[in-house]
Amino acid sequence: MTIGILTVVTFLPLAGALLLLLVPRRLEGVLRGGALVVAGATFLISLPLYFRFDGGSADYQFTEYARWIPSLGAAYHVGIDGISLLLVLLTTLITPVALASAWRSVDDRVKEFVATILILETGMVGVFVSLDLFLFYVFWEAMLIPMYFVIGVWGGGRRIYAAVKFVLYTMVGSVLMLVAILVLYYQHGAATGIYTFDLPTVVRWVIPPGTGQTLMFLAFALAFAIKVPMFPFHTWLPDAHVEAPTAGSVILAGVLLKMGTYGFLRFCLPLFPDASLAFGPLVFALSVIGIVYGAWVSTVQPDIKKLVAYSSVSHLGFVMLGIFTLTPQGMVGGIIQMVSHGLSTGALFLLVGMIYERRHTRLIADFGGLWGVIPAFSAVFLIAVLSSVGLPGLNGFVGEFLILVGAFQVNRALAAVATTGIIFAAVYLLWMYQRVIFGEVTHEENRHLTDLTPREWALLAPVLLFIVWIGVYPVAFTGKMEATVDALIAQVQSKASVALAGPGAGPR
Amino acid sequence: MIPAPPVNLGALAPVLVLLGAALLVLMLDMLPPRHEKTHLAVVSLAGVIGALLVALTRWGRDARGFHDMVVLDDYALFVDVVIAYAAALVILLSMDYLRRAGVQSGEYYALVLFSASGMMLMASANDLVVVFLALELTSLCLYVLAGLFKQRLESGEASMKYFLLGAFASSFLLYGIALTYGATGSTNFVKIAAAAATTGQSPLFLVGVALMLVGFGFKISAAPFHMWAPDVYHGAPTSVTALIATGSKVAAFAVLMRLLLGAIHGAQPDWTPLLWALAAVTMTLGNVVAITQSNLKRMLAYSSVAHVGYMMVGLVAGGAEGAGAVLFYLFAYTFTTIGTFGVLTLCERSGEEAVEVEDYAGLGRRHPVLAGALTLFLLSLIGIPPLAGFVGKFYLFGAAVQGGHLWLAIVAVLNSAVAAYYYLRVIVFMYMREPEGAAARWSPSFAGGVALAVAAIGIVLLGVMPAPFAELAQSAVAPLVR
Repeated sequence: MTIGILTVVTFLPLAGALLLLLVPRRLEGVLRGGALVVAGATFLISLPLYFRFDGGSADYQFTEYARWIPSLGAAYHVGIDGISLLLVLLTTLITPVALASAWRSVDDRVKEFVATILILETGMVGVFVSLDLFLFYVFWEAMLIPMYFVIGVWGGGRRIYAAVKFVLYTMVGSVLMLVAILVLYYQHGAATGIYTFDLPTVVRWVIPPGTGQTLMFLAFALAFAIKVPMFPFHTWLPDAHVEAPTAGSVILAGVLLKMGTYGFLRFCLPLFPDASLAFGPLVFALSVIGIVYGAWVSTVQPDIKKLVAYSSVSHLGFVMLGIFTLTPQGMVGGIIQMVSHGLSTGALFLLVGMIYERRHTRLIADFGGLWGVIPAFSAVFLIAVLSSVGLPGLNGFVGEFLILVGAFQVNRALAAVATTGIIFAAVYLLWMYQRVIFGEVTHEENRHLTDLTPREWALLAPVLLFIVWIGVYPVAFTGKMEATVDALIAQVQSKASVALAGPGAGPR
Repeated sequence: MIPAPPVNLGALAPVLVLLGAALLVLMLDMLPPRHEKTHLAVVSLAGVIGALLVALTRWGRDARGFHDMVVLDDYALFVDVVIAYAAALVILLSMDYLRRAGVQSGEYYALVLFSASGMMLMASANDLVVVFLALELTSLCLYVLAGLFKQRLESGEASMKYFLLGAFASSFLLYGIALTYGATGSTNFVKIAAAAATTGQSPLFLVGVALMLVGFGFKISAAPFHMWAPDVYHGAPTSVTALIATGSKVAAFAVLMRLLLGAIHGAQPDWTPLLWALAAVTMTLGNVVAITQSNLKRMLAYSSVAHVGYMMVGLVAGGAEGAGAVLFYLFAYTFTTIGTFGVLTLCERSGEEAVEVEDYAGLGRRHPVLAGALTLFLLSLIGIPPLAGFVGKFYLFGAAVQGGHLWLAIVAVLNSAVAAYYYLRVIVFMYMREPEGAAARWSPSFAGGVALAVAAIGIVLLGVMPAPFAELAQSAVAPLVR
């Protein structure tokens, strides 16, 4: 077989990491530069995915297939569709940005750091491109470990607690998913005679509705809900975010959280349509709770980073809401919101990291009056805050608007409650911005802060570019996913109705 | 004129190679140089590699001998290969470890070889008498090896405990063998199966089976028969601990599976619920108690109890899938466990063995390669893909799901998540904490490095490319399954 573009994008970071491990550790510049070159090259190589992707087709594109464990029916099968395209690109964009953000802030064990981040990138891209359940699970679990090291080794004061909590939470969810994958494998094999982990093949089979499907759905959903994180499984997130170094927070918010919502789209909906429809209202309600709860808790945070962390709970609630509307607008909005959240929250974490490097504090009360001292920083911070609030013209608006359009078609009352989340977002973000940036300079230390350096501009620029681009011209992005989303909705509905009409279908 | 019994030495080929090497080592030990033992280790290693090669060349050709008491089929050969790897890695790790401890001796290598030959004989045993003989050959050597550090109180204690409890277990086994013989009129596996099928399951037979399971429960350290494991693992020299944890368990599992799939297969409805409960208790107890251990050797003892529990899931699942999964897991587990203990043999703190988890604080900074290797082994023990431990568990739990033991699979995966906690604790110390006071240092050892490299490569290879090995394991067990 020939090596395709997706394989290169997936494994180039890993190859780079292994190569960098051979570089002597005192050459820190070479290590940092080399890692950045590898991540940058990965991004450039991934760009043709966007340009050559056919948005009119709902099929998997750029697929590659190779035999791996034939006796098990597991294969190396990768490909992307409208759902994963943007997430892959988001990953390849965020990783070099995260590496660049750590240029100065990480000076301990640089070699291990850059290798870990690159290995993490391989894991993340692998999750998004896998079209084989076994392969997916391998990437899904493998990716935990580098993130664990990023938090635990380069994190803040309570980093060990946060890192172990992150791994154990995620692991408990994913081991049950492993059992569900195995059950699915054997049930599919028994029903069709084909024992395979190949997702496109398994998806074609209509799982009979009933307890079996419900339990499998719950096992998958638990793994994904913890990752999202959905209320009430979110408690690992503030710890992990606050303790992680800036690069870790950016990747965590930018990419890792999207794996949960991606999992719902890629696995839960098409594989378990009946259970998804049955549990839809519950997910809907939990999402709305998460939106409002996340917003309220954010409002009272004294620490900027923790505020941004809780705002993720709220924003990811919107994503889940959009997905489970099962309407084209809601789902497209959900996917756009995934990307938007990655960019806005990524930018916020970058900026918080920058101010922390200067002042070694993140408490809102320690700032005030920064506009007069560091205007460029304040302006960029404003853009990031407004994008997160959902100001029309910036990326956040597009996703949240589409999600609410979808949600109002399904449940007006809950959608109305969810809308308050946007209002609260304005409250907590703008109030925080006001206290940090405006007013008088209350702390003498803040008078002599330096403004954004060229390096910081360079790593913020691409993120800002996409924040504006998605806001102004969203069709460039939504156009790539509409066919996929329509096909997914049609698939869910047809499978659910087939299953209902089939023999043995009980009343629901 | 009494007819000479048919002798087919080919059925004993790998065992004989090991025995020959062991005798050679004993003889060379008498000759000069008397104070240098490295050449003995090399001879032993050559013997083990010879046995490995013999085993590989005989693949696909069944040999039977001594009135069907010994069978050298693919199943036995697969187990022989695993045992040969275990013995070879243990010898490599022992060379510098023993020199540092000042207990180099020719007998050590000879005893390792003798015990390994006993393990291989267990794998080939097709008769309860041979099972017992081989088991005793293995165990007696290991009792002595556990007490190798004569100056150390714990070592003597380990040896004594291992001997007493081992003898106790052997008597259970022997009583079970006697009752089974009484019930079926034979000690041959095939004849036992045939007799059990025609006469049905007499209470005598079932009691015999239960007593044999108790005996093997001791040998594989399944709960509640695991009490000896922590003390013996802790007190014995670390290289010997590695052998006890891998080789002797591999051999005991090999016999147990041959027994369960063949001789007492007819009693499957009776032993399945028993093993189900034992498996669940074993892995849960092992993992929960391991959480509280601060001594690494004791922690690994309980963790190995847990891993025995996982493998018993495969026994419960039964069939070619279950048995093949157990064989694959034994292979993966051997590399992983020897690698872990191997790192322990290479670390010392102020001249003592470094066995407390605190000793490893900051190891990632001082010895990145060694810490990286230990991390790899621990991640494989957790079952993180794409390492051998993950694929092994995947096959085991897959077999359980297929066999209809969904709840056992769920208990097992939840246990894996619990286990992550205490393995990660070691990684936390290595990378995320700084040492207080003297810290563990690595004492350079070329042979030890080679052993760790082989184990690490094995783990990655089995994890990334499991297909050929898993298929060999499946084809090896296929003839056993009826």
